Amino acid sequence: MVEITIRKRPRTEAVITQRKFFKKTARGKVIKESNLFSPPIILLQTVIEEVRHRSLPLYNRLNALIKMDEKRIWVFYNEYRSETAIIREEGETPNDRNDRGIRKAAAWYNDHIRVTRPPIRGQAPPKLPTVVLMTEDVANRQKAEKAGISCISVRKYVEGMKEPTQLLDLLAAEGSNEIEPTKAAAGRQAFYPDYIPTSTLLAGVKTGELHQGHFNANQYNYLEGSVSVPALSKPILLIGRENMNRAVHGDVVVVEVFDEKEWKAPADEVVDQDSTLKNDDVEDSGDEGDDEEDQVTRREKQVLLSEEVKRTSEKQPTGRIVGVIKRNWRAYVCHIDSTSLTSSNATSLSQQTVFATPVSRLLPRIRLRTRQAPTLIGQKILVTIDRWDVTSRYPEGHFVRALGKVESKEAEQESLLLEFEVPYRPFGKAILDCLPPQGDTWVVPPKSDTSPEWRDRVDLRDLIICSIDPPNCQDIDDALHARPLPNGNIEAGVHIADVSHFVLPDNPMDSEAASRGTTVYLVDKRIDMLPSLLGTNLCSLRPYVERLAFSTIWEMTPEAEIVNVRFTKSVIASKAAFTYEEAQIRKDDPNLQDELTAGIRLLNTLAQKLKAGRMAAGALNLASPEVKIHLDSAESSDPIDVEQKEMRETNSLVEEFMLLANISVARKIQETFPQTAVLRYFSFTHFQGYRIDDFGSRRHLPPPRTNFEKLQDVLMKRKGLALDVSSSGALAASLDKCIDPNEPAFNTLVRIMGTRCMLSAEYFCSGSVGRDTFGHYGLASPIYTHFTSPIRRYADVLAHRQLAAAIGYTPLHATLHSKSHVERVLDVVNRRHRMAQMAGRASVEFYVGLALKGRNEREKGCVREEAFVIRTFRNGLGVFVSKLGIEGLVMFKREIRFDADNYTIAIPSSTAPDAQDLTISVFDKVMVNIEVEKDKNTQRGRVKMTLVHPVDSSLM
Amino acid sequence: MASRVEILNQGGFRSDGRRQYELRDMSIDLSPQGTADGAAVVAHGLTQVMVSVFGPREAKMRSQTIHDRANINVELNIAAFSTGERRKRSRGDKRILEMAATIKSTFEPVVQTNLYPRCQIDIYVQVLQQDGGLLQTCVNATTLALINAGIPLLDFVCAVTGGVHSTSPLLDLTLLEENDIPHVTVAVMPKTAKVTLVTMETRLHVDRFEEIFRLAADAGKVVHAEMKSAVRARTGTLVAAMGAGPRAGAGETEKDGDGRMNEY
Repeated sequence: MVEITIRKRPRTEAVITQRKFFKKTARGKVIKESNLFSPPIILLQTVIEEVRHRSLPLYNRLNALIKMDEKRIWVFYNEYRSETAIIREEGETPNDRNDRGIRKAAAWYNDHIRVTRPPIRGQAPPKLPTVVLMTEDVANRQKAEKAGISCISVRKYVEGMKEPTQLLDLLAAEGSNEIEPTKAAAGRQAFYPDYIPTSTLLAGVKTGELHQGHFNANQYNYLEGSVSVPALSKPILLIGRENMNRAVHGDVVVVEVFDEKEWKAPADEVVDQDSTLKNDDVEDSGDEGDDEEDQVTRREKQVLLSEEVKRTSEKQPTGRIVGVIKRNWRAYVCHIDSTSLTSSNATSLSQQTVFATPVSRLLPRIRLRTRQAPTLIGQKILVTIDRWDVTSRYPEGHFVRALGKVESKEAEQESLLLEFEVPYRPFGKAILDCLPPQGDTWVVPPKSDTSPEWRDRVDLRDLIICSIDPPNCQDIDDALHARPLPNGNIEAGVHIADVSHFVLPDNPMDSEAASRGTTVYLVDKRIDMLPSLLGTNLCSLRPYVERLAFSTIWEMTPEAEIVNVRFTKSVIASKAAFTYEEAQIRKDDPNLQDELTAGIRLLNTLAQKLKAGRMAAGALNLASPEVKIHLDSAESSDPIDVEQKEMRETNSLVEEFMLLANISVARKIQETFPQTAVLRYFSFTHFQGYRIDDFGSRRHLPPPRTNFEKLQDVLMKRKGLALDVSSSGALAASLDKCIDPNEPAFNTLVRIMGTRCMLSAEYFCSGSVGRDTFGHYGLASPIYTHFTSPIRRYADVLAHRQLAAAIGYTPLHATLHSKSHVERVLDVVNRRHRMAQMAGRASVEFYVGLALKGRNEREKGCVREEAFVIRTFRNGLGVFVSKLGIEGLVMFKREIRFDADNYTIAIPSSTAPDAQDLTISVFDKVMVNIEVEKDKNTQRGRVKMTLVHPVDSSLM
Repeated sequence: MASRVEILNQGGFRSDGRRQYELRDMSIDLSPQGTADGAAVVAHGLTQVMVSVFGPREAKMRSQTIHDRANINVELNIAAFSTGERRKRSRGDKRILEMAATIKSTFEPVVQTNLYPRCQIDIYVQVLQQDGGLLQTCVNATTLALINAGIPLLDFVCAVTGGVHSTSPLLDLTLLEENDIPHVTVAVMPKTAKVTLVTMETRLHVDRFEEIFRLAADAGKVVHAEMKSAVRARTGTLVAAMGAGPRAGAGETEKDGDGRMNEY
């Protein structure tokens, strides 16, 4: 049984064991340097609590120091000892009270040492160690000296050490040596300016004095954001917290543009909020507002100041946010930052304020109050932002729910879907009720004049039709055929699943599909737009069964010129479902002479000619880094390896015919419904991956040339190559010329970078823009739509309905006559489409990360890959690993010289002073080590790259 | 900044400077309060409760009379000024009713009600100050008030709250600690080592429960010693004031409950 006692007040008989050591107390920031002290140190409880009060992360570090054995730091709980405990007097600030407590404890300690070592008769009186009070507070020192306590400043103490110079540099600046200001609670200090009232905002936007647009955060630098507005050709740059004024990525904001002389170039440094804000305290900001020299503010100012030196060439308008029209806050997937926790003990029920770090680098940290913080560590959680006050540096939010353990597949998958706002709930009953009642036993009824399925349908069941798709494709929405005609021409047909037969306008299933917009493909999961009965069965053009289709049939000359085209609803029976590979093998096998193979060959020759024609017309051949993930098995789905997707001839075959079908359909529906036709176009966006949300206002603009300027500049300076972006043809031609004889992959790299400048294809409604801007830049086609994948894209369903009306099959549904309705639907579809792409990419990234981790473990070392430098920063390099299709950052800890104009960094050689500096520039090939590193605080796994060739960055 | 306080710091101190197994200072005042037959003011640290006992007396309402034993009636009132935030609680407050019912059921098996058929014993509990361990204080004060009123009990009832911070058990929690960690209140009858009350409103891991439970029961014995000496001192003064009988300190035979206590 343990000894249980009742505490008696007052305690008089307390005796604690006494050790011989010196006493120093240090306060506040000086604590940071305590790793320098070598003699024994007594830390007072008062001091420790003050540190804890000021900054938790600092306190945790101090605790670590105390726990180290060799440091010999002892803690004296002076507040709990009757001789040294003090009570705050009236009119005394907490600060003064603490100072008094420290002095009292120091004085007591000296007496105590004397009492415990009484002089023994016959011996010389023992040499008593003195306790020295160490403090940076001048006032405290003065008072202490008055009371007869010897004291010393940290600087003095360090100066007295053996090698003071090194350590002196580490000390806080001399300036802080003055009397520490004792602050009364000065009320909350505002971090941000207030917003202007909404009516003023709207008036300002109307008169053109203010600008409205979507706020885009910069993923490399959390202190910078931008807003694209129609009035200016370049996005408005917002530098610093005050100017970004509490906007969160995606908000619709109103911006005031600064004078032209204040315009600046965007920062070229990677500013990571995790490292800059490392020591920031959750409760500090806003709660106290008493820290005049607030560390975070200071550090951020430093970061901003260091960027002041800028080149003048690339000036962008700068401004500040004066109001928010619409918040686009949603639930964000976050991790809890473990250092912000007050108590990590799992039984704690207390309410704690913690930081939640969003997975997306575009978002600020969110302050969160929760009672279950300890259990949430290491989990992915969903957090929504509630408000962001001017007095709070960070937005405040609340916990919604936990998704699961970090790096578990379920949690990662769900967080991905949530992060990209993919609707992934199962289909409801109302939606499933719209399916044919026969379920999967539904078949095309026997041909008869009375059955509604056969009305106005052409019977194409005898045609030799086949489908070519990626392996394991379940939702087959297209099939092809080709056959020679007696007149020497060729008949080619593209048959698309007739989804609009099953999905009727304006029923629950249709609305759901419209709101989902698209099927989302993740590496190990597919989130369907339509219920799977339709998607993978009734609509899917599976082989050997009769299916309803919508056919586009061309008569072409052998030179692939279109003689005529007709569109018809049909019934087909596919004869085979090939993968690209199978089709390719079949085509190349000279022994096979059956009709199916002949059809594929015929299609292939036509496709080649079509492609040549398209290229001649100036279509762009852009590249995007696509990788394929090999999964171990269906259940565990552990990625084994990553490889780049292979492009075969048959891929291009299918692609050409789909393009052709889309173009033909686009022409037809545009002719018939000039106001409401659903079309698609392709345009430039910004180089740095800025998202363009305000296409409604920008669509009618010609592609702004500025987006390519940076790429052009880099190419010109580094390789002496020019990129002509005056037309798509010229661009295609000049892209072809971007060849580095020593580096075959260079051309692909440029194409990838080029694609990033433009990849923003959007659906639009033909009535909303002028006829001359319909052009699809990348395809060099004057008009384009999506028609060929109605199972997985909603826009195609609309195109199907319009085409069906255009050929007089059904009357056009009323909603498709309304321009505003079509626009509204397409807005959703566009957004979903973009999100789906990003989700897919993120999913690939996650699996690449897992694969890398697996490889790291197997190979007992780092994965080493070739990479190209694509960006240079003041303190690092952006590299692209083409083999894995991932982008990464290489950061340098040591100073490097950065030449922004030439996109070069120079690394001072470390071995010999006179040796040539090593320079690395954009497009250089380097070797990088890739490892997946877990962030200690947030448990967020992230790819970390280090340079190994030409120089090892880990040493720097 | 309540969340800033460490429950148990590196040096093994709790937020008020106590060690893990240290109970708060306990003060007991058994002087008479008004017309009550027995009263006790008990404070555990900053938690202070006054209990007045009336009876046994004739039941006021016929409906409440029980033919073979006395009826115990507990009324609890929490002073509005007892907490940091001034808050008026109505009498019908569910928490107050629950607490009163808990006290009642704790004492029903202990009070020898069968000695007083058709009677009523009124226990009025007035909470003066709250700083955690409210129920524990109420139970201890009620025991002492009943003894003070001369109502025969089978034994003392001594209650202590125990909690666990991570893996370290703590005893006699303050409000701050109660808010933060799971806790359980245990009332024991020290002589027979029987437990008359165990209540827990938070979740506590089953592996930890036994340890805390035992500890709280042990702590009950320590509290018992304190209560006993207070009763003894009080009785001593009374006897001395009467100017007759044995000297102070030997007057414990006056109450039969107390008399048996000495065997323990």
